[in-house]
Amino acid sequence: MTSGETKNFVKGIAFISPWLIGFLAFLAVPFAMSIYYSFCDYSLLQPPVFRGLANYRELFGDSVFWLTLRNTFGFAAAALPLGIIAALALAILLNSPVPAPGVWRTIIFLPSLVPAVANAMLWLWIYNQQNGLLNILLSGIGISGPNWLNANWAMTAIIFMGIWGVGHTVVIYLAGLQDVPRDLYEAAEIDGAGWWRRLFNVTLPMISPVIFFNLITALIGTFQVFALPYIMTGGGPDRATYFFTMYLYDNAFTFLKMGTASAMAMIQLLIILALTGIAMYTSKRWVHYQGK
Amino acid sequence: MFTTRASPHRTVFLVIVLLILSALFILPFLWMLSTSLKTNAQTMQSPPVVLVPPQWQNYPAVLSSEKVNFRLFARNTLILAALTVAGTVLSSAICAYGFAKIKFRGRNALFLLMLATMMVPFPVTMVSMFSLFRWLGDTTGIEFIGTFKPLWVPAWFGNAFFIFLLRQFFMTVPDELSEAAKIDGCSELGIFFRVMLPLSRPALVVVALFTFMGVWNDFLGPLLYLQRPEQYTLALGLQSFQSQHGGAEWNLMMAASLMTIAPVIVLFFMAQRTFIQGIATTGMKG
Repeated sequence: MTSGETKNFVKGIAFISPWLIGFLAFLAVPFAMSIYYSFCDYSLLQPPVFRGLANYRELFGDSVFWLTLRNTFGFAAAALPLGIIAALALAILLNSPVPAPGVWRTIIFLPSLVPAVANAMLWLWIYNQQNGLLNILLSGIGISGPNWLNANWAMTAIIFMGIWGVGHTVVIYLAGLQDVPRDLYEAAEIDGAGWWRRLFNVTLPMISPVIFFNLITALIGTFQVFALPYIMTGGGPDRATYFFTMYLYDNAFTFLKMGTASAMAMIQLLIILALTGIAMYTSKRWVHYQGK
Repeated sequence: MFTTRASPHRTVFLVIVLLILSALFILPFLWMLSTSLKTNAQTMQSPPVVLVPPQWQNYPAVLSSEKVNFRLFARNTLILAALTVAGTVLSSAICAYGFAKIKFRGRNALFLLMLATMMVPFPVTMVSMFSLFRWLGDTTGIEFIGTFKPLWVPAWFGNAFFIFLLRQFFMTVPDELSEAAKIDGCSELGIFFRVMLPLSRPALVVVALFTFMGVWNDFLGPLLYLQRPEQYTLALGLQSFQSQHGGAEWNLMMAASLMTIAPVIVLFFMAQRTFIQGIATTGMKG
């Protein structure tokens, strides 16, 4: 390195040093520790004792582990497509020429601002069997609704309440829609393409990068779902809404099995990486980037 | 919808659809508000009563409740938010400047590494961070567990996502400006504080706003590290309120929930443009 390069190197490292130190202290070191703990018996009160693959072996033989994995995958399989379709449909609707577009957009967006805990409280009350809003509305059309948070319905209830908070994603899709060049639609219309053709052959391909980016972030988020089920159902009833991260949390801070929790964290990381990898690999087929 | 012409029929149809959807999206808010203004007995009434003399005293009742001290929770949350927002904005901006404006060896590799860290889910480091803070408390004598520190200290070491965001913004600032300042004898730090930061106010506001929202919403962090009720944030306090009142007193619970939502809604209306543009740009980087 020349002296100018050395000077720049020192200056550059100095500027990014907060992140560099934070990366080492709050990510790299804890990450390495987590890997080590995942091979240990560790209760936090005593120093960790190495026990090889025992944590992983126990997890693979643990029916609750598989149950939380099934619940989490089931939740993701329903919530992700539902969220994407709802957000896209709303964005397309809000992107149409209508009077007072700002008002509608604000109304759809507002619920996504509600903090998770307040959201949980509100929906606990909406889903209340005797006096909840949902059953009051249903009784209006002669249906006597169940307790929506019972073992049969709790998962569905948690999945569907997510639509209310979809406004954040709608805003992102709206921005994507507004970037689609208008002349593409004009050309398609001249060629006689109807509404659905324009949707599938112009709109969706053009905003596929936005959908893809959203899918990845939603994927990572969905596999960490914690606060809502923790507050609303505590994972119940009958572990019907017991998710992976909740079991991880319980292992760590309720049962003080830090080793087991760390092993779960490693498995979670691998699952997320694998799914992201699959999404990226298949994206070549359905994500269209415009030549820049 | 993706059409260049809008027929009157179509507009009427769209407005009707939007009216129905908007009603559905607003209904939960109205339900929350109406419940919060009822007596406890009225919330249990069947068929439900809609128009009742509003029980405004439910709000002061929540604020002065002896079991859950909402005023203290709000204060805790604001202190935590102030420390976190200040730390995140300042440290992320400094790092972003380094990544955007200083050419040094290894910069691109480090930048890629930083982007990769965004993929690591929180639970991966949750357990070891907890034991790390415990160990830090034991060796230094400065207690971390059971204090706010684990929640705000890491904020002063930059946030990968916001560094990325600010770097993209800083890149759009022409180099000529900093060159001119350099010729005038300004140091790199001087350029950062006197040229870059004033020019980047909109981006910094986005970071501040989103960080604030993050603190306001965070539940798992406070749940892990805060142990005594007098330290609780609003999110944790609201949850403990629910578990203590165990499914009864929905009027008070809705009043409490509304009070944690209201500041965010007010903030949104004050900075609507920043919010929407911030979300749009952060969500589009692919």
